[in-house]
Amino acid sequence: MRSKIILWCVSAVCFMALCAAPPAQAQGGEPQYFAIRGAKVVPVAGSPMENATIVIARGLLTAVGKDIAIPPEAWVVDGKGLTVYPGLIDSFTDVGLSVAPPASGEAGPRRSQEGAHGPEDRPYSTPWRTAADEATLSDKRIETWRNGGFTTVVSSPKGGIFPGQAAVLDLAGERAGDLVVKSPVAIPVTFQTSGGFGGGFPSSIMGTLAYIHQVWLDTEWSIKAQATYEKNPRGVARPRYDRTEAALAEALEDHAQVLIPANNAIQLRRALELVDRWKVKDATYAIYGGQMAYEVAPEIATKKLPVLVNLKWPEAEKDADPEDKPSLRTLQFRDRAPSSPGALAKAGVKFAFYSGGITSPKDTLKAAKKSIDAGLAPDAALRALTLSAAEIFGVADRLGSIENGKIANLVVTDGDLFEEKTKIKMVFADGRRFEIREPEKPKEPPKGDITGKWKLAYTTPDGPEESTADLAMDKDGTISGTLTSKRGTASIISGYLSVDKFSFTINISIEGSAADVIFSGAFDGTSLKGTIHVQGISLDFTGVKPTITTTAAATLGGAQ
Amino acid sequence: MKGSFGFFINVKNVRFASLLSILCLPLMAAAAPPDVPAVIVIRNATILTVSHGNIEHGSILIKDGKIAEVGVSVNAPKDAQVIDAAGQFVIPGIIDCHSHIAAESINEGSVSVSSMVNMAEILNPEDIDIYRDLAGGVTSANILHGSANAIGGQTLVIKLRWGQPAAKLPFEGALPGIKFALGENPKRSNFSIPGQPRRYPATRMGVEETIRGAFSEARDYKKTWDEHNKRVAAGEKNLIAPRRDLRLEPLVEVLEGKRYVHSHCYREDEILMLLRVAKEFGFKVRTFQHVLEGYKVADELAAAGVGASTFSDWWAYKVEAYDAVPYNAALMTQRGVVVSINSDDAEEATHLNQEAAKSMKYGGLSHDEALKMVTLNPAMQLGIDKRVGTIDVGKDADLAIYNRDPLSAYAVVQKTLIDGRVYFDLQRDIAERAEREKEKKALIDRFKKAAEKKPEEKKPDAAGQKPGEKKPEEKKPEVKKPEEKPKPPQTDGADSSATVTLGGAL
Repeated sequence: MRSKIILWCVSAVCFMALCAAPPAQAQGGEPQYFAIRGAKVVPVAGSPMENATIVIARGLLTAVGKDIAIPPEAWVVDGKGLTVYPGLIDSFTDVGLSVAPPASGEAGPRRSQEGAHGPEDRPYSTPWRTAADEATLSDKRIETWRNGGFTTVVSSPKGGIFPGQAAVLDLAGERAGDLVVKSPVAIPVTFQTSGGFGGGFPSSIMGTLAYIHQVWLDTEWSIKAQATYEKNPRGVARPRYDRTEAALAEALEDHAQVLIPANNAIQLRRALELVDRWKVKDATYAIYGGQMAYEVAPEIATKKLPVLVNLKWPEAEKDADPEDKPSLRTLQFRDRAPSSPGALAKAGVKFAFYSGGITSPKDTLKAAKKSIDAGLAPDAALRALTLSAAEIFGVADRLGSIENGKIANLVVTDGDLFEEKTKIKMVFADGRRFEIREPEKPKEPPKGDITGKWKLAYTTPDGPEESTADLAMDKDGTISGTLTSKRGTASIISGYLSVDKFSFTINISIEGSAADVIFSGAFDGTSLKGTIHVQGISLDFTGVKPTITTTAAATLGGAQ
Repeated sequence: MKGSFGFFINVKNVRFASLLSILCLPLMAAAAPPDVPAVIVIRNATILTVSHGNIEHGSILIKDGKIAEVGVSVNAPKDAQVIDAAGQFVIPGIIDCHSHIAAESINEGSVSVSSMVNMAEILNPEDIDIYRDLAGGVTSANILHGSANAIGGQTLVIKLRWGQPAAKLPFEGALPGIKFALGENPKRSNFSIPGQPRRYPATRMGVEETIRGAFSEARDYKKTWDEHNKRVAAGEKNLIAPRRDLRLEPLVEVLEGKRYVHSHCYREDEILMLLRVAKEFGFKVRTFQHVLEGYKVADELAAAGVGASTFSDWWAYKVEAYDAVPYNAALMTQRGVVVSINSDDAEEATHLNQEAAKSMKYGGLSHDEALKMVTLNPAMQLGIDKRVGTIDVGKDADLAIYNRDPLSAYAVVQKTLIDGRVYFDLQRDIAERAEREKEKKALIDRFKKAAEKKPEEKKPDAAGQKPGEKKPEEKKPEVKKPEEKPKPPQTDGADSSATVTLGGAL
């Protein structure tokens, strides 16, 4: 009996400690050594292994194979029936960056009102912005994508012709800087225009192209002129400093790859010509888009350009004018776009996949599956989501496959990654373990609406405690929201109301191991009555909706 | 361009428009370019050579895309592909000296001098207007930038090789051009936006100053480079090269005679103005476009050796077009100016043969002189007359075959050949329509079926299950629900659409 009380105290303390931390973050007390034993391992670099073991130590893969000795300090995961893949890579996105661009004129793209008068005004250009600097843990999508198996993204600032510099980010860490694997890796270019009359230069795609030509020429000139001037400044007018030229020159120096947008056949062929024209420094290039590559793949192959394929396949606009009949060409494009990866593979072009506006990782995998259905080999599809992406961005020495010494980014599933019914059970990102659970579904429609701020009261061995549950319920009874104690807030990972029975769960860390805290009971329309379960211990609790003016609400508000 | 008045054309020519919509609607797919047989012989045709009279019951032998023989009889090898043109008329392919087809954008109107932009970089080989103009007998076109600015973008001559990629469209060896514009359009007098500051220039004086200013800069730029190159040649080390300026480089090419100037204009005063400026800076104006008051300064045009490319009978659509007369083409011709009739419009280009014919009624030109307006004369103006414009041995086999005299209003193009390939064939077009419709319908049906599946499969989820029952179909709703999400705004450069129209034509 005594030991049970001690355990409770420990649990309670940990519970409070955990609530203080944002849910997307792994905890300081988390174990750093893991072993996955007896799983099927698909390393991508090499053939799949049955019944193999993977050892993870301090964020790295330290042993992979059969008959591997498991170090005693490792947490062992039984891999029976599980398949382990390298962490997936979304090769062009803005996940991990703050969604809103910087507000001030300091870094934001030029607004159209300011109307540039020519290339010299550097319209829509902020190449000095870097994803590495703008990475933030507050982006909710980090958790969504990681839970969907994406441990890594190639993220870029958005907006403008030269939006900024992309970085490879891992989707786990305690500080924003932890996310950054390599920066910069790419200089994406878009063919944005001012949109027409009164918007300033460039107002047409040919204007945008001319602008980019001029910027590359200026950058090249700047590099040479600066070097010449440094050698002999006397009696020579100094070359003018230009932030755009300086930022681009530096990024090229770092071997950042120039990304050219090209989706249909015309754009793809145009991109191939641009690569010849933009011979700046020793820049390397890749194409993003690539959905009509089924027509152009062999031509792309001759230029040895890698392609990032947009998985957001073309489809009819939802609200398209019914009178506006699509052309046969458009219909063929919608039909054949998913065959582009297969065509690229056949032509020997290196390619990787990116989500391109698909908002969920599951849909992204489903879109990749479409390319398999259209002729791409499944292992080539997997490669396009892992090692090929790492190779294109120059990080294949640390990411993209399950190999000794690489970063411990893994996806653990209960079956083939591209199978519809397969579930992701666990994700390792930078050696941190994230368990993935399917949210519980309500069995029957809910009676009443549990939405609102609830004051929960319960008694621990230390005395009475209160916390606030801020619940939101969908029509089908699914509950989401947060739980706030004196120390902070934790998100509800799963919850439902089925008739009058409710249940919701938060996940906290107790002694370095994740544990669920489950609140379940009955809802009578005005109050909650039920039990808290945590590590085999049960506590009764009650919940009421406080009126706005109660002191409890004020206290809680102040405590946050 | 005719710009905001373009719709008048459609009204005026409604019969052509409807004919064309029947002709070309199913052809939205980029057709594969036709195979090129090594040898073709066109037989039994009335051949209007333009250069050396007409040949009744004549033949044309085509070898490797070139005209090998023309005459009453030719030495055709046995295996030559035969086109029997009995009762039909063959003319040199029509050349449109002012066109805005096959381009993804027309105007870079944000600046007064947009010479840095180049139409050659944004060609759209899938523009259906290429095919439609082919069906009107056009084989080459001068693809011009719009008239939004005093000095516009770089231009080029293309062949209407429908089905070929953009890189195969440019007319090989044709000198590139640059578009200038005088008068109301570069003044933006009809295009001001409330709340936006007016772009300079706002007067004809300002237009002149803009051109002078740009050429002064170009002259300085050339001088700077020449001096730099001299110092490099003299062996000087550690020199910082001048910056390259893509806006001025094409103007230097104009000064060096490596690029033609095609200038949009209306009034006599602005025409004379540009001739003076050109003389001052030592360059030539290759053609005046529209040039509706050209008949007033025909002698000056002839003396300067400038070509005039005008409309047949189209005027009064804006103040600077009030003094236009349908006799313009004939009057200028009679004073010794090389005159062509252009379309400035994708639809008008489908019946340039009739536009040319009008100069027989207005001004009394001969049949041959009229035909030259859309064949040899534009070829001379564009500097491609050694290759095209007449039916002569050694020239490109760019030909249009009509069922009647092409200057008749009843003439319909039967076949159009470029480089000896049949790029348009009326019979083939008619035959392939059903096939295309079938493919289109099959695709639409398939997409419809795929779309219908979704709501059906979603239902079991909403209906709910008995308490305690397992959820075997849990995966199904998960499968289906995310497929149809509202499209997020496409901010990526990689747009799915095949063509992007930006800026708009003027």
